[in-house]
Amino acid sequence: MKPSPTHSLKTSILVALLIVLNSAGNFFFGLGMKRIGALQGWTMPALHAAFVAVFSSAWIWLGIVSMLLFLGALMLVLSWADFSYVLPATASMYAIVPLLGHFVLGEGVTALRWTGVTLICLGVAFVARTPHSTTEKA
Amino acid sequence: MRTAITLIILVLSGTGGDIAVAHAMKRIGEVHSFSPMVILRFMGRAMREGWLWIGIAQLTLAFCSLLALLSWEDVSFVVPAMALSYVTGALGGKYFLGEKLTPLRWAGIGLVSVGVALVCLG
Repeated sequence: MKPSPTHSLKTSILVALLIVLNSAGNFFFGLGMKRIGALQGWTMPALHAAFVAVFSSAWIWLGIVSMLLFLGALMLVLSWADFSYVLPATASMYAIVPLLGHFVLGEGVTALRWTGVTLICLGVAFVARTPHSTTEKA
Repeated sequence: MRTAITLIILVLSGTGGDIAVAHAMKRIGEVHSFSPMVILRFMGRAMREGWLWIGIAQLTLAFCSLLALLSWEDVSFVVPAMALSYVTGALGGKYFLGEKLTPLRWAGIGLVSVGVALVCLG
């Protein structure tokens, strides 16, 4: 079955949204946890202090909101698109982060990482050339 | 041994969770409009779908396995190893959700898996 252009556009927009929300969620969690610092032992008082610190961090809450929106967007796109289409398409984020790091932040990227970025871009391009839905509608 | 078992639990429960969520969404049917009311109604139906909760339980197990694995293994090992999920996800899509995987899609999934592993190792 050939998907309509509207269908393809809808899928592309949601996949882009998934990438942005997942990256933002991981970024906010990383920032929040870095500010909180390493866990001071595994005793009950230390765990309680860590729990309070985690859930009083605005960055962690931003991460939670991003991840809830990510789950909502994932549920929507999976209502029509193949899981085996959406999963590799969202892997673009692994290529976008080193590209942003290099071109925006001026970070050095190793040859191995450039090879990985190239393979991901090729892989996503291959998957994008397949129909986004191959199952019968419910 | 401990690492291998936890990694297997992580990959299988993560993939299983995603497959169960995908199955729940397919049972509900396609969302044709993005108006807030339609999305709210869709989410309400999703909350009543048993497969969604099975998926969330498995994803919670995957998250706990990930935290446990990260407590003794480096991120630089864990994340590339998790790229295996792209292959198990494709197999799950084919055998549990009845998706038709063309050679082109398999090639793409293979390239993405190797690419993610290289980016994380690089």
